[in-house]
Order: sequence, then structure tokens, then C-alpha cells
Amino acid sequence: MTTAQLLGQDPGWLIAVKGVLVFALCVVLTLLSVWGERRIVARMQMRLGPNRVGPFGLVQALADGVKLALKEDLIPAAADKIVFVIAPIISATACFMSFAVIPMSGPVTLVGHKTAMQLTDLPVGVLYILAIASIGVYGIVLAGWSSGSTYPLLGGLRSSAQVISYEVAMGLSLVAVFIYSGSMSTSEIVAAQQKWWFAVVLFPSFVIYAISMVGETNRAPFDLAEAEGELVGGFHTEYSSLKFALFFLAEYVNIVAVSALATTLFLGGYHALPGLGFTEQWLGGWFTLIWFFAKVIFFFFIFVWLRGTLPRMRYDQFMKFGWKVLIPVSLFWIMVVATLRVMSLNGASRVTVLGFASVVVLIVLGINVAFDSVKKRARILPEDNFDAPTFAVPQMPGAESAQLGEPRV
Amino acid sequence: MSENMNNEVEPTRRDLGLEAVTSKPVVNDGPASFTTQLLGFWVTFRTMFKKVNTVSYPEVKEPTAPRFHGRHQLNRHPDGLEKCIGCELCAWACPADAIYVEGESNTEEHRMSPGERFGKVYQINYLRCIFCGLCIEACPTRALTMTNEYELADDSRSKLIFEKEDLLAPLRQGMLAPPHAMYPGMDDSNYYKGDVLGFHPSQETSSEVKHD
Repeated sequence: MTTAQLLGQDPGWLIAVKGVLVFALCVVLTLLSVWGERRIVARMQMRLGPNRVGPFGLVQALADGVKLALKEDLIPAAADKIVFVIAPIISATACFMSFAVIPMSGPVTLVGHKTAMQLTDLPVGVLYILAIASIGVYGIVLAGWSSGSTYPLLGGLRSSAQVISYEVAMGLSLVAVFIYSGSMSTSEIVAAQQKWWFAVVLFPSFVIYAISMVGETNRAPFDLAEAEGELVGGFHTEYSSLKFALFFLAEYVNIVAVSALATTLFLGGYHALPGLGFTEQWLGGWFTLIWFFAKVIFFFFIFVWLRGTLPRMRYDQFMKFGWKVLIPVSLFWIMVVATLRVMSLNGASRVTVLGFASVVVLIVLGINVAFDSVKKRARILPEDNFDAPTFAVPQMPGAESAQLGEPRV
Repeated sequence: MSENMNNEVEPTRRDLGLEAVTSKPVVNDGPASFTTQLLGFWVTFRTMFKKVNTVSYPEVKEPTAPRFHGRHQLNRHPDGLEKCIGCELCAWACPADAIYVEGESNTEEHRMSPGERFGKVYQINYLRCIFCGLCIEACPTRALTMTNEYELADDSRSKLIFEKEDLLAPLRQGMLAPPHAMYPGMDDSNYYKGDVLGFHPSQETSSEVKHD
């Protein structure tokens, strides 16, 4: 029985329970991930991080949330009031919705019912996630626009440009997954990875997705929308109190959501690590939930690691990277994958497939070498090719002292 | 040369002899290799397992540097007399105007310090003090020094104006609470030279006489 059929048998109350569970899970994960991020980044900087509120500072995020809720809720006079209020709601809602189609466990028994920890299984599940993520952008751009202030507007513009351009790369990286699994349903993609994870089979896609998911969530090193040095707080500069908390929530739920999607699409979802398949039967199948979250936490750690290591990119570099590197590479890779797939489906011999693959590798290497030599040539500065100044200039370091000749008349 | 004169008003770099300057070509290797850039990830990862620098302050207190500028202290001579002579040099040296001193003359019945004068009122306002130590440099009798004590926070302005009794060094072994007479046979110069090493029994009675 496929997961879709399994979920189709869910009674109404079970769907409601799972809905509440997914919501609660997102909120709790946000609290934990805020805490986890601060602790891990602190360790990377030889600090301790929050350790005052509750055991190991675990309740710190909750305390911050309560503090935010008690703050004065300001709406600037120049703001468009209705849009200003709606924007954070759109952002927060959209990020919760993408969790509905994430399969978090294999078949389990919940209060006597055989089901799976997945709210619903759409035949176009991944497409649905992409669509919801795009709706989330509205929250950001509307927040920036409705604030009636310059920095939020610029931050909102940056942010939406960023999310939209990285969504292209992200969508393209997913195409290879669709081609290989033959489905857009999340549960079937997971099922297709029984033998080999797509992170191995489609490694370039995985890398592109991993990069673009960081861009998509506006996280360091791609957190240009909140570049404090340039834009104050970006699109949420004017937001305070619970409305700000909603954006905060949305950011972290988004991180968890893209991590969960990465797990589902590339790391075999709730399946155990290779060779540990027997663990999937433990606790009546509930152990798969642990595998799933272990992988999500792994991705979350990568997010934090990136933030702790890399400086923020410049905006033009970032857009250049997205449009001139990620998207063309994605397109090229999709062509290769599609060709290989068609060849293998049409029963091409192993020699033909390998031959094609090696030709592709050679082409890529050739392009790489050509690029490198062009770059190197560009880097060598022509000597003394600039106009010599007609006035006396300060001595160059390490240069021998120059004798100024008598000024000629 | 004549060509130059005809065509150009200002002397060129070449005319000025600046061509003789040997300059090094700018070396621009471009970005580091990908593997080199990845080393940064190893740095942060490794740091996670290092000992943290944080001091869990209220629970753990690390000793300060030996010459840390902390709360002030008004010192005493070994027999208990105060070193402060009420000269106000500290107050004048203070760039933040944090010190207030009122001096008064010592009398035979009421002697707080060797010599003529003593500090009757001595206040330091820790809301103004910047702990620069200029007062310590200004003090001619080494009466004013700084301790390593740094926990000075409080909840009202008046509590942060320290009076003389808050600043005075405690009485140690061999010290006698002033007012009392000077060590018999010693004058203020002996005090400053360090000839007085403790109190003399006669000083005790002088103090008691005074108390009565």
C-alpha cells in the first residue's frame, strides 16, 4: 500500500490531530533551533551562548518570545495599515503550510490506526511546496512596501529578488529528482531512494539545492535582506512586538522546512542510513521519525555552520552567482540527467552510457581549463599601462629615493 | 627636450626624473583556491571543541590584573594615623571632578594625621569617576591608592558617593584608631620616611584621654 492510500484512510479526527501536531512541531522546533543556533555559533566563537533561562538555557527562546509579545506594537504613521498587518501573517502561514506534505515517518500505528506521520500526500507535493514558498515572498515584499520607509522597502526588494532568483535554481535542481523518481509526490520520492540516496546519484543537484536553500531562506552568507550595516533590519525594520515575532518564527520554520525538504528529496527522508535498515522496524516504525529528525538537524547544523564561518556576500556577487553560475549549471546538469535517463530507459548498453558520461566530463573539464586560463590572463596587470601623473607622487614603498630634476621652464 | 617645451606646459613624470623610481608590479592572485576557502569551515568546527573564553561572572570571579584601577582607598600610617593631609591635590587633578575634599587643622586634642592638616570631608563620586588614576599620581603622601575591587554597581545615586569612612583602609595589626597623638619623639617627616612601624603605648592613652 502506498503512503497516499494509507493516508487516504485517515479518519477526520486523525487528520486534525496530525495538523495540530505539525503546527506544534514547527513552533517547538523554532524555539529549539533558535536556542541551538545561538549555542552552536557561540561555541564556534569560543563563547557559551544562552545558558541562564532553564536547563542549558533551553527556554531562552521562549522567554524572548514572551518579551516580544509584551512589547509595544507600533505601526508607523506612514505605513499602509492593513497590508502592514497582513504581511507577517502571510509569511508565517506560508512557512507552516509547506510542512503538510513532508513525510516524517514510515507506516506507524497511532491510537489503533495504521497511518504515516504526514498530513497529506499530494501527487504534486514538491510543486506545492515551491508554490507556498513563493507565496511566502509576498509577506516579505508587502512588509517592505507597506512600512512606508526607505530601508524596509530596499530590504524587501532585495529579499524578494533574492528568493525569486534562488527559487529558479532550486526548482531546476529539483527537476533532476523528478526525472529520476518519476514523481513529484514527496512520499514516492522517498520510496524511490530505498536503494540509493539522491544526494549520491544526483550529487550536483544536491549541491545546487543546498546552496539555493540558504539563499531562499535569507540566511548567512546570503542574508542580504537583513544586512544590518546597510539596511538596518531590512524588511522588518519597522516591525515590533508579535508582528516581528511572526517574521522571526517564519524565518526559522522556513529553515526547518527547507531542511526537511532536503532530507526528503536527497537524503532518503525517514529511511535509516545505509546498512541500518533494521532500525526502521524499532518502536513499531516510530524510530523512522528519529532518523528523519536526525537528518533535519544535520542540515540545520550546516545552516549554523555556514553562518558561523562565512562573511556576508555582496549583493551583486550574490545575484551574479545565482544567475550566472547556479542556473546555467543546473540547466546543463538537467540535460545530462535527462539524456542518461532516456538512454537507460530505452535500454542503451552500459558502454554507450559510460561513453556519454565521459564525453560530458571531458567537456566540463575543457570549459573549466579554458575559464581558468582566461581568468589568469585577466589577473596579470599590464605594467605601466596607466597614464603617468604629471605631478610628484609619494614614494612607493621599497622604492629607491627619486631625485626630482630641476623644473624646466 | 625642446619638443616637450613646445607641446607641454607642465613637466611630465619623465622630465622630473621619476622614471628612475623602481616600483614593484602589483601581484593579484585572485581568490584563494576552493580547498583553501574550505579551510575556514575547519576553523569554526575545531573551535567548537576548544575551551570557551567566557567567565561565568557572578559564579566565577577571575582575579583582576595586579594594577587594575578599582575602588579608591585612603591609607593609614602603621600606627593608625591617616595619611591624607587634606591638600585637595587629588580633587584638582581629577578630570571628571569626582572628588570633593575639605581639610581641617589637626590640634593636640584631635589629631587625625601627622603634621598640620587632615582631610575632614573626603568624598568620591563613583558616578563621575573614570578610574584614570590621576588622583593617585597627584597624591603627595600616597594616602590615596586604588584597590582591585570593581563591584561598585548600586541602585541609587547617593549610594555611589563614597564618604571618607567608606574609603578608609581598615585598621590592621598594630594600628590604633585616630584621633591620637603622634608617635613620641617622631615628627611628620619621620612618618613619611617610614620610621614609624606601629603604635606606642603612650599613644593609646592619648586616644583614651581624648575620648573622655
